Amino acid sequence: MKVLVAVKRVLDYNVKARVKADKSGIELANVKMSMNPFDEIAVEEALRIKEAGNAEEVIAVSIGPSQSQETIRTALAMGADRGILIETEEELQPLVIAKLLKHVVEKESPGLVIVGKQAIDDDSNQTGQMLSAMTGWAQATFASKVEFEGDALKVTREVDSGLESIKVAMPAVITTDLRLNEPRYAKLPNIMKAKKKPLETIPVADTGVTTTTGLSVVEVNEPEQRQAGVIVSDVSELVDKLKNEAKVI
Amino acid sequence: MSTLILAEHEGGALRPATLNVVAAATQIGNDVTLLVAGSGSDAVAQAASSLAGVTKVLHADDAAYENELAENLADLVMTIANDYEHILFAATASGKNVMPRVAAMLDVPGISDITEVQSADTFVRPIYAGNAMATVKSSDARKVITVRTTSFEAGAETGGSASVETLAATAASEKVSFIGQELSQSDRPELTSARVVVSGGRGMQDGENFKMLDEIAEKLNAAVGASRAAVDAGFVPNEYQVGQTGKVVAPDLYIAVGISGAIQHLAGMKDSKVIAAINKDEEAPIFQVADYGLVADLFDALPELSKGLDG
Repeated sequence: MKVLVAVKRVLDYNVKARVKADKSGIELANVKMSMNPFDEIAVEEALRIKEAGNAEEVIAVSIGPSQSQETIRTALAMGADRGILIETEEELQPLVIAKLLKHVVEKESPGLVIVGKQAIDDDSNQTGQMLSAMTGWAQATFASKVEFEGDALKVTREVDSGLESIKVAMPAVITTDLRLNEPRYAKLPNIMKAKKKPLETIPVADTGVTTTTGLSVVEVNEPEQRQAGVIVSDVSELVDKLKNEAKVI
Repeated sequence: MSTLILAEHEGGALRPATLNVVAAATQIGNDVTLLVAGSGSDAVAQAASSLAGVTKVLHADDAAYENELAENLADLVMTIANDYEHILFAATASGKNVMPRVAAMLDVPGISDITEVQSADTFVRPIYAGNAMATVKSSDARKVITVRTTSFEAGAETGGSASVETLAATAASEKVSFIGQELSQSDRPELTSARVVVSGGRGMQDGENFKMLDEIAEKLNAAVGASRAAVDAGFVPNEYQVGQTGKVVAPDLYIAVGISGAIQHLAGMKDSKVIAAINKDEEAPIFQVADYGLVADLFDALPELSKGLDG
């Protein structure tokens, strides 16, 4: 079985996003970019599935500009076997990403697709669910544990009030939550080896997928800033302020 | 055209989140239909019919909808989706699970986590953990949306008198089945609807020390939350997590204890009415958003605070 993981190149999570002066988006020139943290968890899970003998090959797919090759190389250095880049300079919405992933799924026929539950740039939390709906494959989102049970999977999911578990038939689409695993760091020899692993580039135009949608960004603004308040000297002053000034306790 | 809302409920009652979604729908301005899908859910459908602003309730009662499986709920929504211009879900674990399926099946982009309705086709939503707000405009005939519940004040539970119509159930998916759940047992109010939230971060040092927060929460009838760092460190389960990748809360009072205030955490609580922070590092970014900051060792401050609340 093949496992497909999708990895997105995003603004590094330690870098503060700054709105462009013309309000067209976020400043991404000359800032540190990294793999979306939830996608690192997806790569790690795919590797563990392979290491447990439940898969033969892990394919890392990215959709984005040519620099997304670096993101794929990171996945390869962690241990993925090969990479596919669907190259585009456009910023694509989850609907289009899901269609492009479906294109790859049809070509590669994996038994499992693992994606992060959300990308930390647009915070959409849509792609996995959309891919599941488009392929007709079972959906297991917000996974915190994935167990093989014959030809099905038992997936433990993070829900608002705790955990729930579901059984899904394969092939399936899984989206990762934080506690699924702790991603490994790529070791130096593996980073060197990753440079030799196959990485196929497909121009987005070759997929036949329409990349525009009916949703457009009108403008991007800074959020309202909250003003810092006062520093109180001790606990009794804090209690006093909360009781008598803010009147919230 | 009208707006369709997928109601959320558990234990025979609507979840509070649904009232916030009704409020967002009211701002869009069209008739509002509430879809109640459940098993043995007559009481929920009745409760839904009395919500202010709701003109119609569609009720589908079948075992397929007992456990909120996304496949089954999305298939049901699709049987009526073409009658609606807007299809709204709460931005909860359940709503986020279902919404993108419906959007994909309608071949339209999903619009996640809206915080503002500017017009029937223009919405504001946070991106980059709320460090930027994107105004987006849809030219599609169908707009499929999740609503950030803390951004819309809950509609009234009474005052409406909607008709309740039965909707035929769809077949349950054979590809997915529910096994079970482990819900966190707590007498405390639910995190996203609590009036006061007391949250701990990495500074709490271990899970055992969260008992100090429980004690204070008990006295304030508060919910207990946590930063991602505290969840990552294994101090508390994920359902405590407040932030970009966890829950978004906006209580009257948010007390952040031993939380440095990373942007990912602020994303989940900066709309709280009053923020109090206790941290021993006076440079901690949490103080830049706190109305009341106390620079102190939390292990000294918490017992004092607990005592102070008795007085």
